[in-house]
Amino acid sequence: MSTKYIYGFAFAMTILVAALLAGSKVVLEPIAMKNEDIFNKRQILEAISTPLAAAGQELSSLSDDQVLEIFEKQVDQTVVSADGEPVDGMMAIEVDMAKERKKPEAERMYPVYEINFDGKSYYVFSVRGTGLWDAIWGNIALEGDMNTVAGVSFDHAGETPGLGAEIKDNAAWKAQFVGKKIYNDEGKFVSVTARKGGAIDKEHEVDGLSGATVTADGVTDMLYEGLKSYEPYMEDAETATTSMKLN
Amino acid sequence: MATTTETKIVEKEPWFSKKERVLMTDPLLDNNPITIQVLGVCSALAVTSLVYPSVVMSIAVVFVCAFANLFTSLLRNMIPKAVRLIVQLVIIATLVTLVNEALKAINYPIYKQLSVYIGLIITNCIVMGRLEAFAMANKPWRSFLDGIGNGAGYGLILIVVGFFRELFGKGTLLAGSPVPMFIIGSGDDYWIDTTTPGQWGNTFFGWYANNNLMVMSVAAMFIIAVLIWWQRSRNPKLVDIS
Repeated sequence: MSTKYIYGFAFAMTILVAALLAGSKVVLEPIAMKNEDIFNKRQILEAISTPLAAAGQELSSLSDDQVLEIFEKQVDQTVVSADGEPVDGMMAIEVDMAKERKKPEAERMYPVYEINFDGKSYYVFSVRGTGLWDAIWGNIALEGDMNTVAGVSFDHAGETPGLGAEIKDNAAWKAQFVGKKIYNDEGKFVSVTARKGGAIDKEHEVDGLSGATVTADGVTDMLYEGLKSYEPYMEDAETATTSMKLN
Repeated sequence: MATTTETKIVEKEPWFSKKERVLMTDPLLDNNPITIQVLGVCSALAVTSLVYPSVVMSIAVVFVCAFANLFTSLLRNMIPKAVRLIVQLVIIATLVTLVNEALKAINYPIYKQLSVYIGLIITNCIVMGRLEAFAMANKPWRSFLDGIGNGAGYGLILIVVGFFRELFGKGTLLAGSPVPMFIIGSGDDYWIDTTTPGQWGNTFFGWYANNNLMVMSVAAMFIIAVLIWWQRSRNPKLVDIS
């Protein structure tokens, strides 16, 4: 078997395989992109799954088309800058939180989803942080008062199944966030804390996750840092609603 | 490439002879890649916390194993000996990439859940082991059957492990699939609802919580070990094979 043959074989094989893979990518990529879009939108809607379920629209029973339709008709997407000003010409769903997190804080952009549904408005904010092994991220929905939590959804890149991964898998744990307040009585921002050993302050704390203290602390930090960066926007929105009420 | 150790069969065999059936059934039990050859254990620990991802992973491995065997066998007389391992790897990697792309398009949530483990089929020793040990020296049809058999042998263990881990870990079966079943747990969605007073006596009120020992990867180690022990105690001939 000559060296020439080996080179020829390797060359022909590489060309063939490259063509095959490129072809499959071209055919399958658009479908995969659509699936990814629906997947991301479901995660955002999951943050308001409690009010959705209360209105008889269980998220798991919504079809893909219904999810897209809700996003089309009932969701106002805005992107805000670090000082809370809306950025023109961008859809919130296009914001890549992982990339934003690498930018200096003043240049970051934040997605806001205002979901109008059942006569109420919910504001969904995206947050991103670090768990025990890798990145964690999530969406947190606030009610129209910009204070009461309507629900959360979390996901992770590589937390331990059964322990850290419970932030995503444990529906009962996530349900605890519903009704918590992110501001205290004096109007100071306190966020929601996952406390090891169980919540003490029922207004602003949820139970930690046993066996997953580092991940739960990661969630606490993520919520604090994440929501804090939305504060300028929340203040603006609040002044807007108050002035509207005064008029 | 006349050096291949191909067995010349003088008599014409029927299409699906007993010998060929053995190629498929042998890896399921007496020559199982996981419990007898102890290959592919890493992914067996990682993806088996639920049945549904185990099933998807099994299908992916059966597909890759069968077609990698088939293509390698078709090319076996053309592949230069000096680069045969690389060629085998290219065949496997191509198939795995195809599976990965297809899964992304067919079922995105399960693609997210299996994450890197589909890609890691490339490094699954079972696939390459079969190419080297079987497909390089046998005819395409037999290699194809051998691939299906070994993939299925791996899949069988995955699904058995997944069954016990999910049932005792989370109290569900096939969660996340189109036909999820809720077997035992605390809540009225479950067939055996441990929060209903009277059914288990008030003492055991709401006693079934997630069993983290089963949810975590170590459980797969225990279950595979029990399977290995059970299989060898039933058939002592297997004890010294591996």
